[in-house]
Amino acid sequence: MHQVDHSENIITTDHVSFAYGDRLILDDISLAIHRGDYLGIVGENGSGKTTLIKIILGLQKPTSGTVKLFGKDISVFKEWHRIGYVPQKATSIDANFPATVEEVVLMGRFARRGIFHNITDEDKERVREALTNVDMWQHHDRLIGDLSGGQQQRVFIARALAGEPEIIFLDEPTVGIEHEIKRDFYALLRKLNDELDLTVVLVTHDIDSMTEEAMHIACVDKTLYFHDSVNDYLKGTHGAHHEHTK
Amino acid sequence: MFDIFHYSFVVHGLEAGIVIALTAPLIGTFLVLRRYSLIADTLAHVSLSGIALGLLLNLSPILTALGVTVVASLGIERLRATKRVYGESALALFLSGSLAFATILLSIGKGFNTNLFNYLFGSIVTVTQGDVYIIIALAIIVAVILALFYKELIYSTFDEESARVSGIPVRLINAVLILLAALTIALSIPIIGVLLIAALIVVPVVTALQLRKSFAATMAYAEGFSLFSVLAGMFISFYANLSTGGTIVLVMLAVFLVVLALKRNTVVNR
Repeated sequence: MHQVDHSENIITTDHVSFAYGDRLILDDISLAIHRGDYLGIVGENGSGKTTLIKIILGLQKPTSGTVKLFGKDISVFKEWHRIGYVPQKATSIDANFPATVEEVVLMGRFARRGIFHNITDEDKERVREALTNVDMWQHHDRLIGDLSGGQQQRVFIARALAGEPEIIFLDEPTVGIEHEIKRDFYALLRKLNDELDLTVVLVTHDIDSMTEEAMHIACVDKTLYFHDSVNDYLKGTHGAHHEHTK
Repeated sequence: MFDIFHYSFVVHGLEAGIVIALTAPLIGTFLVLRRYSLIADTLAHVSLSGIALGLLLNLSPILTALGVTVVASLGIERLRATKRVYGESALALFLSGSLAFATILLSIGKGFNTNLFNYLFGSIVTVTQGDVYIIIALAIIVAVILALFYKELIYSTFDEESARVSGIPVRLINAVLILLAALTIALSIPIIGVLLIAALIVVPVVTALQLRKSFAATMAYAEGFSLFSVLAGMFISFYANLSTGGTIVLVMLAVFLVVLALKRNTVVNR
């Protein structure tokens, strides 16, 4: 099915821990994400899964441990356009913000362009492609705030895709989205993973969907319980691959 | 009919007014959308101590206001970024502190009361040819910096977290924005006055936002509302012998109310 070399580590965390004062949020997490993977990072609210993603994306600094992105330590990593990010919708958007769908997706091109460089026709073409990929081009001139939650989510995926990333991170993308739309949404992610060979990392508490969709599951509850395959997880070998003792 | 143009000070005032009207909403769009509206007001009050300093030392009040405002803007951003105090508290500290400093300076040099009134409330009479050059130079600086950082400003205004993930130096961009606000305020002082500058930066943008258009269109509408209000305000104030700054701001608010009423009707009719 895939022609991608799944053995290539593109993102690794090495003994990453994170604490707020005395409160330990993440404890000694070592995780490798391989090219072409579809990884579900699951965990209850407050399990630290979002913090883990924020550390990988450089939004938060780990208390200890290192993060490597495409072989480079995160502190010297510059090629952020290789990474796409779809934030948790509810917290990140102002419904009255005056921006059209097209303007929002164009933002996804900015990392590629860099400061002092203007937007070109190529950027606009990539925006069109990205919106077509998520089946939202017909809404390109509508205001982002006028769309439904599911449509906004697609636009944010398009924004991440517009930067032509190799890996895309989604933080709780299905919160507040109806069941029907959720199914389409997962179908879209599968398509991106299959057809565009995009590495997909999804953070969610929706464990049921992940067991159907993802190739691998990483269960976070302060520490990490990694499951090579979804089958391991389903067999109830919770923590089987976890070498650290609590 | 247009005997207004016979006075050279009026022509200077109009030139300065047009430049200011076009510059303020550019910065205002970003400030309003980031909930930074109060920063404009704070920096305007800060600029007053710069003006008092200029009047006392017999220097160009616009330039001293510019210096003080720029320093204060960087101080505010620094204090906010360190999170040692809440954002609004940082503003309150600077607003009251600089106002206190201004009153002390003003009490030292007692003799410039009428001049001061013009800087507080704005007047086209105070605008000299030299001021016009300074205003145009500052406006060009603002426009150029804005053009250079336009993409980054939009992205970090819309979604700061994603902007950071895409590698945009958000803290630098925030500092640039607040610096631009300081420049805009300094260049707006002569026409609109210290106490009313925030209105010039905020009201046309808030009016344009009611129309619910794209980002680019919102900015363009804000420019239009601003230019109309400044020109109309200046003409009315000249013929009716009213305060320039006050008239401009009242025209702006009137435009806002009209737009609000029209939009409300269309929403109801939908």
